[in-house]
Amino acid sequence: MTANDSLLTYCLRLGDDALILGHRLSEWTSRAPFLEEDIALTNVALDFIGRARLFYQYAAELQGGDATEDTFAYTRDVRDFTNLLICELPRGDFAFTIARQFLYDSYVLLFMEQLKASKDTRLAAIGAKAEKESTYHVRRGREWMLRLGGGTEESHAKLQRAVDDLWGYTDEIFEVDTVTAGLIADGVAVDPTLLREEWLATVSRVMAEADLSQPSPGWSVEGGRRGIHTDDLGFLLAELQFMQRAYPGLQW
Amino acid sequence: MSDKVVSMPNEERFQARIDAEEKIEPKDWMPEKYRQNLIRQISQHAHSEVIGEQPEGNWITRAPSLERKAILLAKVQDEAGHGLYLYAAAETLGITREELIERLHTGASKYASIFNYPSLTWADVGAIGWLVDSAAIVNQVSLQNTSYGPYARAMVRICKEESFHQRQGYNIMMTLMQGNEQQRAMAQDALNRWWWPSLMMFGPHDGESAHSAQSMKWKIKRRSNDDLRQQYVDQAVQQALAIGLEVPDPDLVWNESRGHYDFGEIDWAEFERVINGNGPCNRQRLAHHVKAHEEGAWVREAMAAYDAKRGKPTVDVA
Repeated sequence: MTANDSLLTYCLRLGDDALILGHRLSEWTSRAPFLEEDIALTNVALDFIGRARLFYQYAAELQGGDATEDTFAYTRDVRDFTNLLICELPRGDFAFTIARQFLYDSYVLLFMEQLKASKDTRLAAIGAKAEKESTYHVRRGREWMLRLGGGTEESHAKLQRAVDDLWGYTDEIFEVDTVTAGLIADGVAVDPTLLREEWLATVSRVMAEADLSQPSPGWSVEGGRRGIHTDDLGFLLAELQFMQRAYPGLQW
Repeated sequence: MSDKVVSMPNEERFQARIDAEEKIEPKDWMPEKYRQNLIRQISQHAHSEVIGEQPEGNWITRAPSLERKAILLAKVQDEAGHGLYLYAAAETLGITREELIERLHTGASKYASIFNYPSLTWADVGAIGWLVDSAAIVNQVSLQNTSYGPYARAMVRICKEESFHQRQGYNIMMTLMQGNEQQRAMAQDALNRWWWPSLMMFGPHDGESAHSAQSMKWKIKRRSNDDLRQQYVDQAVQQALAIGLEVPDPDLVWNESRGHYDFGEIDWAEFERVINGNGPCNRQRLAHHVKAHEEGAWVREAMAAYDAKRGKPTVDVA
């Protein structure tokens, strides 16, 4: 794989994470527990879709030819998508969405803080923009973790279950394969293994504040970066790509 | 306020303030009927924004490009924001959001009947943005001068965003009309289905409107239904023609002497049918809102419990 191919793969992974999670968040529009939260979730969805576009636009330039941001979002199949599994899991209940966002956003904030120091100026610019959004996402996520954890017995139980159901998908976030390893060595990509300790400290502290037990580490699932997904991703793509599949090659 | 006005009975003094184009503010004295009339109108408007998230929101996950998806998300988020300002405006009249939502769910309070039609194709997102938001703007511009201060101020803010929405809807239609035959047919089909419902948004003819006369006297309403509808038709027809769409009204003709388009009669039986619950999506729209509200109950309870434990006053959200 050339350096350009590696960078393209890296951009697609980051774009896929943002697109697929943004899609899940956008499923909340008109379905949130109350109106302020409807607006907030839609806003966070928009941040992720915006981020996906930036990564895909860069990927399109790296690929060259006729590729656009939409080529990657709309014309690839499940096996070509390389998002983390945690991003594609169905939206679940509100506790699941909050727990997922908190676990993932806490990582993304650390990630973007590093990405903005990338030797690749395009990635650095995306990192700087995303860092600002993620700062707000993490603050919001922590507040909700505390509210649900410290609210009622029901909300506490739902949040604990959500964290337990998500925990085994967090290992994958910190994986490094040969593509990433090369880019890390070049000072282009972020080394996620260096972020793990701080991430764990942050999420453990907030889980303790929210009176949650630390989930048991007895299970761990991975595969997203190799295009091995849950069954859910295919249905998500069927919906996401419907227009481009039904009416290929048109402008909208 | 002059000495003469101060010495009048409440009701007369109130009308004198209205006649002098003064704004009525939340703590001012107002006739109970004025208050109830405003609660009815503002909450109906708020519910319309919120229920209106559904037909367009249906297409967020299916938008045909990432750019369209981002724009649509922002647009639907704005609509929810409008709902929020309007609930806040209604709350200044002494009613809670929980009560307003209760009224929506029991059917005591209405929302714009046009949202009881389905959004079947991507072109419907264009047609809703273009036609429904155009009609809303025509109505809301006139409400920027409504006599109740908080409502008038909400309208100023909302109108700015609606004009962006209207342009995004029209832009979708224009893009379709510049596309292939299938896309043009999709756009025409959407116009065929949304045209008449959009005319119905202005309500019954002036003579038959239940709330009109008193609302005009109190300057809650500033222009009549038929007057606003004519302005909308004049604008929308020009816009349709400009991109090659055909307005589905055989009686539509430019009337040189009036300086307006003459147009055909609305199917009032259809209007009544949909308002009375028999549109294609009435049950789904309400059920969708009820379901989200009920599924969110434990979240709102958790928030209230958490705030109570920390000695914070509970915020009324619904």
